[in-house]
Amino acid sequence: MELLEGSAAIAESAIVAGCRFFAGYPMSPFTGLLENMSHKLPAAGGVFINAESEIEGVNMAIGAAATGARAATGSCGQGIALMQEAIAEAALNETPMVVFNMARNQQDYFQCTRGGGWGDYRTITLAPKDVPEAVEHTQKLFHLADRYRAPVILYGDPLLAQTRVGVTIEKRDYGPLPPKDWALDGSGGGTGHSRQIWTWAMGKATDPGPGPDRHWRAIATKFENILDAEQLHEQSDVDDADTVVVAFGSAAKFVEYVVRELRQEGHRIGWFRPVTLWPFPGGALTAATQRARRVLVFELNAGQMIDDVRIHAADRSAVRFIGGVSIAESGLAYGELLDAPMLRSLILSEGDR
Amino acid sequence: MTIDTSQPPPGGKLVAAAKPSLLLGEHSLCPGCGEPVALRVLLEVLQELDIVRRTIGVVGHGCYGSFVRIMDVDVLQCLHGRAPACATGIKRMRPDTAVFTLQGDGDMANEGLQEVLHAAARGEKITCVMLNNGVFGDTGGQQTATTVIGQRTKTSLDGRDPETHGFPVPVADLIAQLRGAAYVARAAVSTAAGVAQTKRMLRKAFEVQLSGAGFGLVEILTMCPTGWFVPAADGPGYQGGTMEQAYPIGELVTP
Repeated sequence: MELLEGSAAIAESAIVAGCRFFAGYPMSPFTGLLENMSHKLPAAGGVFINAESEIEGVNMAIGAAATGARAATGSCGQGIALMQEAIAEAALNETPMVVFNMARNQQDYFQCTRGGGWGDYRTITLAPKDVPEAVEHTQKLFHLADRYRAPVILYGDPLLAQTRVGVTIEKRDYGPLPPKDWALDGSGGGTGHSRQIWTWAMGKATDPGPGPDRHWRAIATKFENILDAEQLHEQSDVDDADTVVVAFGSAAKFVEYVVRELRQEGHRIGWFRPVTLWPFPGGALTAATQRARRVLVFELNAGQMIDDVRIHAADRSAVRFIGGVSIAESGLAYGELLDAPMLRSLILSEGDR
Repeated sequence: MTIDTSQPPPGGKLVAAAKPSLLLGEHSLCPGCGEPVALRVLLEVLQELDIVRRTIGVVGHGCYGSFVRIMDVDVLQCLHGRAPACATGIKRMRPDTAVFTLQGDGDMANEGLQEVLHAAARGEKITCVMLNNGVFGDTGGQQTATTVIGQRTKTSLDGRDPETHGFPVPVADLIAQLRGAAYVARAAVSTAAGVAQTKRMLRKAFEVQLSGAGFGLVEILTMCPTGWFVPAADGPGYQGGTMEQAYPIGELVTP
């Protein structure tokens, strides 16, 4: 075990997972990951590029991924917004990559789960609650990206980027993957069967591809399959709970702590955490809220995940919002809402209504 | 003027040159377009340098995008303007390959000027090819950053006026200022001699890439009679009197 800052731990985990290309543009709190990759990746035989913009960084990653290499990029909020066109493109032309959204807060839920690109695509998004889980998720994401030939997102935050914790970085095995027989290496030239990575999938004059209609239907089917296959969640004490608190990421760690305290004091309360924000673990949430008279949503934004909670809660009318926009004056950290005593009083005041 | 294709061309017997084997079919672009000519010499260069089996093309968005279907080369079709960034990722991971981009003036000079400038400044060992016809041909003839002063387009109906529309961007000249650029040239396919010169320049650009000297750019002026609203056969003459006056042909940077 090693004492590492989250950004360093995630960088090392990405390299252990086989990441060999990283391009990005500084923006706090993503900057730490960028800096770590800048020296750790070349030392491991990989390529790092200090891209001149987020748009260049993500498109460089598409190019690297098109050769079959494990590639990644990252940023936060506004920088991820600049990447949206390319993330959609990667989803539709099927170049796998990991996008690290080391966000400033929880206001990027819609951005990660709905996306801002064009076309029928989704992005698998994992939201770890702490650094050790971020280390694990990083490796899982490289696997999922390759398995589904799709861009995937790690949704982090300042606490994950900057907290120093003891972690062990070791390679995890997620099982076999399909061969990357689609990767470009130039060897297809002149054979009549040269390869092509193309969102429109038109193929060659002598070897027609499926074309956009069939190709995009197939992509949509793929995301339907992911929706069923890859939902992850965590929960505790929901079976007899009158109140279930739903939260994701770092906020869920605070919820876990406060709910455990309230349980010990005799409150019939439990918590539920979507680990995958997309696909949202809807069926599990329905089951976890069967008996709940109150489903409290705690997220550090104006109410984004609450849409998914309303869709899936057993009783939609039981859903209440106890989160809110809460940003430190610096703009780079959470504000006063992310605090255990504050959260405790929010839960108790809703519980009394 | 219209061309009477029922009659043989005047001036003796013409025999079509052998089709490059890397061409898988007919192009679908307009009569008189210069882009298929540029594609043809590009493919010939790949064959003559014997790098066909290790070449990766990155193709942007314009009429030439349809070439992805007829060129027998491994291709990544990328987002508008971003080909030099994608080509960078490819080349860095596969230094053993020859990587080129195929872009138009709308793709490179409008949407993606930043990408090509930084790729050149970084000295990426790639070859960027810009097919410059001064209009958005694929969308029907609107003004691009390289539209010459006075040129009429669908979004500059009275001609490009610097007061209203600003001045054209000479891409090759900009790239030539950057130290990472090892070979920069501007060509034109409006004459037989120009086609031969274009091919020589493309060959040099690939040789510079293969030797590891740095970034290469060949800006090729290509006729677009449809987008210029002139008869197909008038394209070369129109180009010579307009584009080629504003954008001098020649080598700007050599190793």
